[in-house]
Amino acid sequence: MAMLDVTKLSISFGGLHAVDDFNLNIEKGELYGLIGPNGAGKTTVFNLLTGVYKPTEGIIRLDGKDITGKSTIEINRAGIARTFQNIRLFKDMPVLDNVKAGFHNHYKYSALTGILRLPRYREIENTMDERSMDILKVFDLDKEADLMAGNLPYGKQRKLEIARALATEPKLLLLDEPAAGMNPNETAELMETIRFVRDEFDMTILLIEHDMKLVAGICEKLTVLNFGRTLAQGVTSEVLSDPAVIAAYLGE
Amino acid sequence: MNEKQNNHEIIRRMRRKSLRNSLLNYGIVIVVFAIMQTMIATGHISSLLKGLLVPLCVYVIAALSLNLVVGISGELSLGHAGFMCIGAYTSAFFSNVVGDSMPDLPRFILAILVGAVFAGIFGILIGIPVLRLKGDYLAIVTLAFGEIIKNLLNVLYVGVDSHGLHFSTTSAMDLNMEPTGRQIVKGALGISGTPKNSTFTIGVVLIIITLIVVQNLVNSRSGRAIMSTRDNRIAAESIGIPVTKYKLLAFSVSASLAGVAGVLYAHNLATLNTKKFDYNTSILILVFVVLGGIGNMTGSMIAAVILTALPEMLRFLNNYRMLIYAIVLIVIMLFNWAPASLDFRSRMRERLWKKHGSDAEGGR
Ligand SMILES: Nc1ncnc2c1ncn2[C@@H]1O[C@H](COP(=O)(O)OP(=O)(O)OP(=O)(O)O)[C@@H](O)[C@H]1O
Ligand SMILES: [Mg+2]
Repeated sequence: MAMLDVTKLSISFGGLHAVDDFNLNIEKGELYGLIGPNGAGKTTVFNLLTGVYKPTEGIIRLDGKDITGKSTIEINRAGIARTFQNIRLFKDMPVLDNVKAGFHNHYKYSALTGILRLPRYREIENTMDERSMDILKVFDLDKEADLMAGNLPYGKQRKLEIARALATEPKLLLLDEPAAGMNPNETAELMETIRFVRDEFDMTILLIEHDMKLVAGICEKLTVLNFGRTLAQGVTSEVLSDPAVIAAYLGE
Repeated sequence: MNEKQNNHEIIRRMRRKSLRNSLLNYGIVIVVFAIMQTMIATGHISSLLKGLLVPLCVYVIAALSLNLVVGISGELSLGHAGFMCIGAYTSAFFSNVVGDSMPDLPRFILAILVGAVFAGIFGILIGIPVLRLKGDYLAIVTLAFGEIIKNLLNVLYVGVDSHGLHFSTTSAMDLNMEPTGRQIVKGALGISGTPKNSTFTIGVVLIIITLIVVQNLVNSRSGRAIMSTRDNRIAAESIGIPVTKYKLLAFSVSASLAGVAGVLYAHNLATLNTKKFDYNTSILILVFVVLGGIGNMTGSMIAAVILTALPEMLRFLNNYRMLIYAIVLIVIMLFNWAPASLDFRSRMRERLWKKHGSDAEGGR
């Protein structure tokens, strides 16, 4: 059974078919790429998968469970976490606390326990701190744990978003242009990190990216969107040599 | 030094920093309390200042509670005087009904709880419909709430006799009580005869409790959830944080603490009416929070003290009073928010912090 199974997903804004008859199957552990020119509907697919938009048609199944029409919060709890094309960090909170916020539904104690500082508070905070530092370490952010997230350089902010998403312990991780604004060195390093995350955390990853080197380098399969419609789908090397794809997207 | 210890070191440093920030506030309150007590004991205090001590505590608590909504949760409330009013009226009513059938201290402690609970309930009732909306509706609704509460209480008559409670919104006559019945809430005249239980010491204890609640909440799982919804609502939802729940938590805790301020206020006066609980007071509390620095608890306390005491201290200036007051407002604002002074404060904090931390970090 596929980890993510999307059938006939569609949404339109006014008259614009932003995503039209979109189908997608991602197996557990796969590293899958979603590409296409600007305005093709890639981010809209992410917004549909995470419940930010409700589809006008179609079904989304995660690990066999129908999650169509559920709220963003419910969908995260069901196991989908994401990053944003326009970085959305908790800017006025320390780097560490951004990740700890991600653990919200995994390490719990009540507000009253927190106010009264009962022993459970210390115990759980300790665990959260440990685990958060472990994740930050993966992204080489552990030395900056006490900085305000908004003060991190751009590339590190993108990494922190991935770290925060991972803290929600998802089954499926959605990355929206993780390498945007990074220089080639940073991008190469990020590719390594994404691969590491997939292997180490046993993660299934769907990523949107414009950087073809990154896409060709790490994605096993691709879907190409153009004007909301699927242009090509399949194994990366085959898709990238498809004349229709080259014409519509890579050629320009 | 191996990796694991390194991790611990940075976390220890963060914890020390947040502990120090919290302790600083308790320290300031206790030091000011000790100074005032010494001045009282040695007779070096004017009767004017002495009379101001409890109101100062009232406004400090109110400012701290509003800062929880404005600074931590990122919402705007223009009706905090309304929650103070609920706390004041319900607790004064309670104390009057119970009367001498209970010793002072336990009755006052219960009265504080009554005020806190009722104000908190009103916070939840207002918060549930409003905080679900995306946008700044809270400001408008709380503004309306404050005025409505005030006007409702102005026409409320409540009495008690052997049959229990009697309510009316027209006049005392319509209560239809037995001749032995006692009228407690008298419309625009409010509630009189409330025991004067509020003291400076109790006020300071309540400030400390308020600080504990606010600071411990902020530095907890719930506090992170509240601040994450403030910083980025969409991102908070994307990591599974129930945004409305945490906005509601912050708002109702804040309302409840404002209620406590109201209890302290009510038990400091022989006669309680709604005059003080209008939007001017709500705005004044907001001014404390903004001038003291949004999200800055120390600043809220200092601003509340200076701006409450000042107009009273300047009474002898008559007509020039408000002019001086306005100038002080501007000076505080310039001082508090100027980039140079922000920079200075963060450098000072850094210095203090390094000095204390250096022993522990010596081996680095
Ligand atoms: N909320 C919305 N209301 C109206 N139109 C929208 C909305 N969201 C997206 N669109 C439109 O849908 C289309 C697809 O947008 P989307 O953001 O998904 O593109 P994208 O593939 O992510 O592009 P890019 O590479 O530039 O990020 C665009 O034409 C966009 O203007
Ligand atoms: Mg996009």
